[in-house]
Amino acid sequence: MGLAGGALIGAAAVLLMLANGRIMGIAGIVGGLAQEPRSTDTAWRLAFLAGMAVPAVIASALGLFPVPAQMGLGMVLVAGFLVGFGSRMANGCTSGHGICGLARLSPRSLAAVATFMAVAGVTVFVIRHVLGGV
Amino acid sequence: MTRQISAFAAGLLFGCGLLVSGMADSARVLGFLDLFGIWDPTLAFVMGGGLTVTFLGYQWCLRRSGPLCAVHYQIPQRHDVDARLFVGASLFGIGWGLVGYCPGPALLAGAAGLGTALWFCLAMGAGILCWRLLERNSWLPAKAVKG
Repeated sequence: MGLAGGALIGAAAVLLMLANGRIMGIAGIVGGLAQEPRSTDTAWRLAFLAGMAVPAVIASALGLFPVPAQMGLGMVLVAGFLVGFGSRMANGCTSGHGICGLARLSPRSLAAVATFMAVAGVTVFVIRHVLGGV
Repeated sequence: MTRQISAFAAGLLFGCGLLVSGMADSARVLGFLDLFGIWDPTLAFVMGGGLTVTFLGYQWCLRRSGPLCAVHYQIPQRHDVDARLFVGASLFGIGWGLVGYCPGPALLAGAAGLGTALWFCLAMGAGILCWRLLERNSWLPAKAVKG
């Protein structure tokens, strides 16, 4: 399933490039909406998010959407803030750098992916094996 | 209008991909990031499948004179690896490792109405706006070149 799902994500990235000439980066799409709401790009960015919502709503209605483990609200808020702030600061997230950037063999994306993968791995290690939580 | 339709279709594919692949499952993502626990390799396959399709697809796209519904391709041109990239990617990595959501899956789970994800998305929005304010007011050294 991982491979098939990955291929779908890749197909989405290729479609957005082929049709609109754009990189499929979620941080960029959401950040673009926040940064330049009156841009001519706003309509397609919203359309992309609307498209994303469809499978989420269907899966949720069927009770198939994976539910996250219980965690403290404080941690969720801190994590969300860091993800939003950090991905904009680094000009990309898992989709923009991890899929589109690496596929373009961009050195910036390689550096970003290596960094966030390593840091995320260390974070999980500290929480699970040092602090013994989650 | 064609640009909106193609973007909607891309969003639909992307959302399905996140769901099918397990990326929308934060427990699974944390399992992948946890190399010293019971390691779940699934996401390596997601990355492999995604990268292969995107790499080949991009090669094919960029051989064409331009995109179908827009004037030209907008590809980031920067190649410099600066401190901002490392600091930003590190902060992002901490947040990702804490909860297991990156922006795409967080939005997807938010759209599915999960409470944790809605709070996460709210905070993510605050983080995005906070970065925008910092950058806009040039409180930071050397304004980033849009890439």
